[in-house]
Amino acid sequence: MFKDVAFGQYYPTRSPVHRLDARVKLLLTLAYVVGMFFIKSYFGFILMAALLVFTVIVARLPILSVLRSVRGVMLIVLITAILNLFLVKDGEVLVHWRFITITSNGVHLTIKMVLRLVLLISGASLLSLTTTPVEIADGLESLMSPLKLIKVPVRDIAMIMSIALRFIPTLFEETNKLIAAQKARGAAFDSGSLFARIRAMVSVLIPLIVNSFRRADELAFAMDARCYNATDKRTKYKRMTLRFADLIAALLVLGTIVVVLLDRYYFASVGIYMDKLIFGGLV
Amino acid sequence: MSAIEIKDLSFIYSKGTPYQKQALKDVDLSVEEGTVLGVVGATGSGKSTLIQHLNGLIRIQDKKRGSVVVNGLDASKRKERARLRFEVGMVFQYPEYQLFEDTVAKDVAFGPKNMKLSKEEIDLRVRRALELVGLNYEGFAERSPFDLSGGEKRRVAIAGVIAMQPKVLVLDEPVAGLDPVGRRELLDLIGRLRREVSPTVLIVSHNMDDIASVADRVIALKDGEIVADGTPKQIFGDRALVESIGLEVPPAKRVADMLEERGIQLPPQIIDMDELEEALAALLKQKEGIADEAQTAEATCAEEGDMRSQDDSCAVCRKTPDEEGEDV
Ligand SMILES: Nc1ncnc2c1ncn2[C@@H]1O[C@H](COP(=O)(O)OP(=O)(O)O)[C@@H](O)[C@H]1O
Ligand SMILES: [Mg+2]
Repeated sequence: MFKDVAFGQYYPTRSPVHRLDARVKLLLTLAYVVGMFFIKSYFGFILMAALLVFTVIVARLPILSVLRSVRGVMLIVLITAILNLFLVKDGEVLVHWRFITITSNGVHLTIKMVLRLVLLISGASLLSLTTTPVEIADGLESLMSPLKLIKVPVRDIAMIMSIALRFIPTLFEETNKLIAAQKARGAAFDSGSLFARIRAMVSVLIPLIVNSFRRADELAFAMDARCYNATDKRTKYKRMTLRFADLIAALLVLGTIVVVLLDRYYFASVGIYMDKLIFGGLV
Repeated sequence: MSAIEIKDLSFIYSKGTPYQKQALKDVDLSVEEGTVLGVVGATGSGKSTLIQHLNGLIRIQDKKRGSVVVNGLDASKRKERARLRFEVGMVFQYPEYQLFEDTVAKDVAFGPKNMKLSKEEIDLRVRRALELVGLNYEGFAERSPFDLSGGEKRRVAIAGVIAMQPKVLVLDEPVAGLDPVGRRELLDLIGRLRREVSPTVLIVSHNMDDIASVADRVIALKDGEIVADGTPKQIFGDRALVESIGLEVPPAKRVADMLEERGIQLPPQIIDMDELEEALAALLKQKEGIADEAQTAEATCAEEGDMRSQDDSCAVCRKTPDEEGEDV
């Protein structure tokens, strides 16, 4: 169980996408997410969805692993969709029954909104599916390094981040062990009176906190003994280098986004023409 | 009557994910009441997974095939599993890290309280458990467990389990991280607990020397399967077997093997230091006898040289068995 947490959603397949530079993946994911808000036509959605599917295939991820992250927010998406459907009042009226009015514009806006949310979440989850938390932290540190100029302690923040990440699985493992140990002494976590349950929780929380302080102390001591010094220039064990594949990935994603932007601002008619062509009289 | 009856038990962690891991594979095990069973195996061989099935902490995955019954209580039935918690006392690795109350007495009382015993009974049990693990009740009851030494903390934690008076006691790596004296004391304590509280004891360890000195029977796990089952002598006396499991033979066995390589005949299957010492002493006496009878000065001299070298190795192995084993 702690392994799930240790690697986040990380799904190891050693694909070219996994091997991309974490910084590139971070920036491209950001670009993808921002680009999503500039889509106007169904044509644009098809382009972005195609890019997503292509990436999933190259990353050799099971499509289910991507959809799983969507499942978590499906309820919110549905509620927003239904509200949208009933609240948009302009455009051709399709259904009118008592106080309910559904218009063609409402339908289109709703479909587009659902598409946008689903693509957004899937796109973001691709990052965590193909990049370990440690890589993400390293990537963020590297991207934030210009902030050093305005005296932001980027190195300290990065060290804190990596230590926190490093100890999440340890804490989880320890919590599981403590729960097991106290259960073995009859602690009632999911049965019994409220008082008994609170006692059971306390029997896990107190040692967890005490042990964390002890561990933090030991870690600080060990870092000190190895002359850890956040101010000196430190080098990385794993150096991040840009490769040819990173360039290709960037061209692919940015190219798609450029087409989406062109579709919105310069060739709006093309997108709408394509929509008509694809969906016939529906649009 | 067998205290523990395990049939066809398999277990897979994170089933259906890329991290899937088969931790147990068709394990069959029957343990007689009154046995001290040693469970050995390399790290990751499934020892902890196996023992956590005994008190229902880990549910049986395939109930149609696998079954776990302890003293007649079936771990696959919900009601009986609840009773199993108190029938099987489980001392986890580094149990001192699970202490949480502000006094020793309260911490030891946690288990009995969860059993919903009367206040008098709880007090009685706490007192008895502390005395059993060798902590004076008056001296320790009101102290904070966080102020104790490592060895004392571990005793308090064990007392916390003993106070539930389980019929089966399971200890996962009970001597890990203790110094040699602490180790010896804890192993003696286990003998005492077996006589006074829990007739059946399971000890998990990857240190052969500890198991060799306390267990009546040993099972060895490898990759989730029981690959050997026998007396400590049968298992630890067989170097090829022990090494195939991914473990090291006890130091005494290593020294004995080295002596035999140099042509010194010893009784077979020596696995602990006391035995080795006795065997060497007997051998020396025998040699002295031969030397007395020997007539020529030459022979006596040769024997003496031989004897001195043996005597040396004996003295060395008694003082620093580990070093002797590794240096040579
Ligand atoms: N909670 C868990 N989740 C996933 N895998 C686990 C978990 N606990 C143990 N394992 C794996 O199962 C195998 C057996 O573990 P365990 O029973 O703890 O072995 P041992 O106690 O002999 O060291 C190991 O490979 C371990 O990595
Ligand atoms: Mg273990």
